[in-house]
Amino acid sequence: MSAQQEVKQSAAYLAQFRVWRGDPDGGGLEDFKVEVNEGEVVLDIIHRLQATQAPDLAVRWNCKAGKCGSCSAEINGRPRLMCMTRMSVFGRDETITITPMRAFPVVRDLVTDVSFNYTKAREVPSFVPPAGVAPGEYRMRQEDVNRSQEFRKCIECFLCQNTCHVVRDHEENKGAFAGPRFLMRIAELDMHPLDAAPASGLDRKATAQDEHGLGYCNITKCCTEVCPENIKITDNALIPLKERAADRKYDPLVWLGNKIRRRE
Amino acid sequence: MAHVDRQAWDVVVVGAGGAGLRAAIEAREAGMRTAVICKSLFGKAHTVMAEGGIAASMGNVNERDNWQVHFRDTMRGGKFLNQWRMAELHAREAPDRVWELETWGALFDRTKDGRISQRNFGGHEYPRLAHVGDRTGLELIRTLQQKIVSLQQEDEREFGAYDARLKVFQECTVTRVLKTDGRVSGTFCYERESGRFFVLEAPAVVLATGGIGKSFKVTSNSWEYTGDGHALALLAGAPLINMEFVQFHPTGMVWPPSVKGILVTESVRGDGGVLRNSDGKRFMFDYIPDVFKEKYAQSEEEGDRWYDDPENNRRPPELLPRDEVARAINSEVKAGRGSPHGGVFLDVSTRMPAEVIKRRLPSMHHQFKELADVDITAEPMEVGPTCHYVMGGVDVDPDTAAATGVPGLFAAGEVAGGMHGSNRLGGNSLSDLLVFGRRAGLYAAEYAASIADRTPADPLQIDAAEAEALRPFSAEGEHRQTSRDPGPAENPYTLHQELQQSMNDLVGIIRKEGEMREALDRLAGLRVRARRAGVEGHRQYNPGWHLSLDLRNMLLVSECVARAALEREESRGGHTRDDHPVMDRHWRNINLVCELADPQGERTDADPALGQIRLSRRETPPIRPDLLGLFEKDELLKYLTDEELSR
Amino acid sequence: MATGIEPSPQAGATGVQDASRAAIPARHLRTDRWWLAPAVTAAGLLAFIVYSTWRAFANADYYHAPYVSPFYSPCLAQNCETMHGGPNWELFGSWWGLSPALLILIFPLGFRLTCYYYRKAYYRGFWASPPACAVAEPHKKYTGETRFPLILQNIHRYFFYFAILVAGVLTYDTALAFRDEHYNWGHMGLGTVVFLVNIALIWAYTLSCHSCRHVVGGRLRHFSKHPVRYRLWGWVGKLNERHMLLAWSSLISVALADFYVFLLATGAFDDPRFF
Repeated sequence: MSAQQEVKQSAAYLAQFRVWRGDPDGGGLEDFKVEVNEGEVVLDIIHRLQATQAPDLAVRWNCKAGKCGSCSAEINGRPRLMCMTRMSVFGRDETITITPMRAFPVVRDLVTDVSFNYTKAREVPSFVPPAGVAPGEYRMRQEDVNRSQEFRKCIECFLCQNTCHVVRDHEENKGAFAGPRFLMRIAELDMHPLDAAPASGLDRKATAQDEHGLGYCNITKCCTEVCPENIKITDNALIPLKERAADRKYDPLVWLGNKIRRRE
Repeated sequence: MAHVDRQAWDVVVVGAGGAGLRAAIEAREAGMRTAVICKSLFGKAHTVMAEGGIAASMGNVNERDNWQVHFRDTMRGGKFLNQWRMAELHAREAPDRVWELETWGALFDRTKDGRISQRNFGGHEYPRLAHVGDRTGLELIRTLQQKIVSLQQEDEREFGAYDARLKVFQECTVTRVLKTDGRVSGTFCYERESGRFFVLEAPAVVLATGGIGKSFKVTSNSWEYTGDGHALALLAGAPLINMEFVQFHPTGMVWPPSVKGILVTESVRGDGGVLRNSDGKRFMFDYIPDVFKEKYAQSEEEGDRWYDDPENNRRPPELLPRDEVARAINSEVKAGRGSPHGGVFLDVSTRMPAEVIKRRLPSMHHQFKELADVDITAEPMEVGPTCHYVMGGVDVDPDTAAATGVPGLFAAGEVAGGMHGSNRLGGNSLSDLLVFGRRAGLYAAEYAASIADRTPADPLQIDAAEAEALRPFSAEGEHRQTSRDPGPAENPYTLHQELQQSMNDLVGIIRKEGEMREALDRLAGLRVRARRAGVEGHRQYNPGWHLSLDLRNMLLVSECVARAALEREESRGGHTRDDHPVMDRHWRNINLVCELADPQGERTDADPALGQIRLSRRETPPIRPDLLGLFEKDELLKYLTDEELSR
Repeated sequence: MATGIEPSPQAGATGVQDASRAAIPARHLRTDRWWLAPAVTAAGLLAFIVYSTWRAFANADYYHAPYVSPFYSPCLAQNCETMHGGPNWELFGSWWGLSPALLILIFPLGFRLTCYYYRKAYYRGFWASPPACAVAEPHKKYTGETRFPLILQNIHRYFFYFAILVAGVLTYDTALAFRDEHYNWGHMGLGTVVFLVNIALIWAYTLSCHSCRHVVGGRLRHFSKHPVRYRLWGWVGKLNERHMLLAWSSLISVALADFYVFLLATGAFDDPRFF
């Protein structure tokens, strides 16, 4: 054990941290020198700051294993989960800057008001269960659920929402644009093998464009770039959804085909 | 106080994990206006961490499975200490609870014929766990969350407001359950964001707060798991049972230090992963206890055959119940055959092709790659026991989930005791949340509807709760003056670390009388110091303050664990006594009940030497004969006394 | 409770400088070379634009038997060079006086202009919308692809259909490249190899298109009822993962194929013949 401790001792070093502290009235980056041990992640260092230098430093976190998506922040300007950013990716002399997510209103220190996302979640019509299929009688093939399952890996860290320039750089678009996370939710439901929305008169393909702002997306892929679950948001959800919307709205051939087939 | 905002609801659900959300859905569907209050953001509850699956005897993979087999496995896993009626209800209702999730949009992995796929897990006779890769908990929480949203959308269409009949108060904490005339009248809460206090008045409160793991140093649990519901129940006058039974999951990460304790799902073993010591030996074959001898493979060859041909072979001992595996790992490490970082090796890399590993265990692959820089398709993982689950909890009526002794108080999920006996089987947790979450919601709604004359919350209690919650801000100034509390304010983080260290070292996986007595001494000392826990800054989103408040709860439940563990002089399931290493049939039908020693008095005035918890023994009701009939007599002889059997 | 979508009280500053957000003066805090990718993209695209504009308007040096530059194929006007057995279809007759390349280049240009990858590339590289992730864009307003002209990006699939035709013609051209300069079959030169590589990349790029993935199977709700299309969708998906790589390599290869023909036609280089 003592040999191990020695190793641990020698691996420890002091890192230079700059953490944004403040609230809606203002704030700024504060400098800290803080100990770092082998194998630690950024969230460990924030916790050490809390325990030793700044007991009231506000930070949102939960599982510390990349599964709950609470500790979203921006590290050296890049949106990331603090619990999944290992200190070993930084140089020892590097100053590490931590700020709250910059697309959402700040609450305090590293905590932001993410209610935008919950508002958007409510605007997406829910799964419509198929009529006449009793619980226990749902039959779905694995190949038919794979696509939606990928999107259901989402841990709702909201990093995609945060990094998407449509709302990050344009506050005024927040009303009209659901953001990648919730456009992906629409794609998930539209690809769900048993969703009965069409039968209920709801056309998710068209409403994605008309009501949830799919057209704002210019597929510049930052959502995919920051996704800690490596979900291919753009290629597998947003672009297919754009194509589905095009089926409905911009493709007379498909429109005509559907008309004819429905008549049969 | 006049300035504390009050809101009237029918049912208040404390906690927004699987049990809480399921309870809220049920209460709302029963027509009750329901408030859910949770410490984190909506959808972040600890349930997301559950990986393996939901145990339900749907029989999709093996048709021979049914509720009786599931019941039998559950009782065996819990070493027959389970509240048998709960185990029965759980086994009977779990399939319906899973199927209903599909109607809310859940997408489980499928069998070839399109049904819900089920996987093997420790202690389950047949493949039984409905799952989605290794992120089943996330699927569960997201499905329930989205069902809640869909109910809110209904309300929006009907009443014009999403929150009309179902509202989630996220990032809020309950510090007291309020009572008027002996019944529940509401909860006292604070909002993290603003630090503002408020009262939710309701005749029925459902506790669904999860577990207590944050009292231990090495744990798979998140910061929320501070035993809040356990403590709220105690403080409201409801007893806890079985608190000595704490499950140490056999496979937590052991390295790097910052992630020590984070779970490595049991599916790794269910899908073929094996445990080896530093000699490369599959040591589990040496640790099959007598009660399980006939059920498990005696050779590696037989164990390996089982994965493909479970009909004609017995399962490998890596899939023994969690308590057995955790103890075995502990012994190997103590005997000097551990891995470099003090665990053992869990290997899938030599058992499956890399592609299969990535497909079946994606989040494990991801977790090790990201956090430990280990590629599990190429090298073994290092794992060791980690505090995972508390079997003990609020003593509840098995059918209605109503807490004993406090009308209007209900409890479901990990915070409720009894269901899992002395040890929980993997996969039984998520099904427990759904089965008893629904029951708690249903009966809380029924109870709330039956209360005609609602009594408002008592202003004196509200004042007291507010004063208690604000104490950390005045810790230094006020208490320094009094002779009873000398010294400067204590750092709550330091206190928490000391508590975790004490519980880990002294009331951990292997327990000894002397150590537990020392633990009680240390807890008494910490309790005195915790009263001086002080914080800087203001009330808005102040983590130091929140921790100070959580300390009260952790200290209460830790004392319950230590006292009950000291009292039970046998080893059973999640309770292992070095000085009493065998299971004693005479202890089987004994529940240890924890109650607040001095429910009337001001808690903080209690003499540290006395402790806050009074412990008593209670005999459990005899198991119904038709349920006993599901077992072979020979097996029952290992658990039940002769006189119980002759009844 | 705030819904998060109320407009901020303070007009003027928006985006990351909005009054409600954390007060950080910097537009971004990235410390890596985030500007490199958009700069390289812009430079690469610009280089191609310059080269292709020159070549398209040149109206010369695009045929050297048996090779026809992909920029001029099919050749749809009367003023085309006569290419024996080659893609001469005088749909436009004699009134067209400009370079015949302009007639046909519209289609691959439109295909690539509306391509989901190229959109990302030029939105980032030329428009800085955004320049890189979490780097504030310089524009005051943003409406994305919600209105004219960018709403036209939705017609990508029609360009995809045309792109298939064009790829078909280029395949035909590649087949013709198995002749010698006297139009005898069964020969091969270095140019044949250049054409083979180019057509392979063109097809891979065309088939890896997101619209193709959608048409082939992506639009289906139940793959299990369409096993053949499901399999096709899987293959296209695999290609689609490399859409960016294919977009660039086919862009370069088509320019190289054209340049190779240019070198031959101007006599700067002699096509090495294998047999």
